[in-house]
Amino acid sequence: MYSALWRILPGPRWVKVIELVALVVIVLSVCVEWVFPWVAETFIQSEATVGQ
Amino acid sequence: MSRAKFSWSRLASHRTREILSDILLTLGVTALLFCAWYVWVGDVVAGIRQDAASQKLAQSWVTTRELPEFDRNMGDSTGTVVGSTPPVTRPPGIGKAFATLIVPRFGKNYERSIAQSVDVAKVLNNMNTGVGHYVTSDALGEVGNFALAGHRTTYGAAFGSIDTLRIGDRIYLETVKGWYIYRFRNMEWAYSSDSTVLNPVPQLSISPKQRILTMTTCHPKLSSAERFIAFSVFETFVPRQVGMPAEVAALRTR
Repeated sequence: MYSALWRILPGPRWVKVIELVALVVIVLSVCVEWVFPWVAETFIQSEATVGQ
Repeated sequence: MSRAKFSWSRLASHRTREILSDILLTLGVTALLFCAWYVWVGDVVAGIRQDAASQKLAQSWVTTRELPEFDRNMGDSTGTVVGSTPPVTRPPGIGKAFATLIVPRFGKNYERSIAQSVDVAKVLNNMNTGVGHYVTSDALGEVGNFALAGHRTTYGAAFGSIDTLRIGDRIYLETVKGWYIYRFRNMEWAYSSDSTVLNPVPQLSISPKQRILTMTTCHPKLSSAERFIAFSVFETFVPRQVGMPAEVAALRTR
């Protein structure tokens, strides 16, 4: 999977590294901004109240 | 003969193994990242945002031109602290912030907005609030119990340091009218079903004579098995025109 990704990415090695870093940043921000909050709200019950 | 058609060697071919291991590795790393975000990074980020939102709210009161109701009722113009009969702050609509919570014991930068209702999505998990007022409990300034809820961990952990409170610690509730000052009295553990801690006199069914501040949060950390309850007693009210209490001013001039 990742070896295929490495082959698909255009340019010489250092360009590929930059592209990979950019991809990682994009994926991480999507996770932190949308995916993780959704998972937390949906699957983890965190309560702080009484009698509710 | 179906067994013959299924080939372990094909499943274990180099390519399949690589894809499978990549997927498992990705899932594992994502799970670890999620844990780190949930208990640490996301919590810290939410806390910073909530502190900032609360400071902004308090800032809007500093510049307000509206004459506090307290003036007319108490007739204080000399700058004297009038005493322990505070104005009543009627809470606004669900999810709206109407006061800020300042607890010097919780750290120099700690300051959170208090919004009406303890709804998880609207208030407790909200990046702008984090502390909620039980709609069924009494209003701020009223004789009785002003009860709040906040997270112990995650989503900014508004009450994360609740176990560090010491008897006599001051807790400030700031509104547009001024500062309600409470002193921490005692804590206890309860089950989530025990709503008597929200009674006008906590745990009893008698009519109130005091103003109590009740803070509820989960216990132990990262669990909802029990609740940590902190009770504080109203001490005095400082009107805005008298000026910021020294302890609050020291925090604000950071």
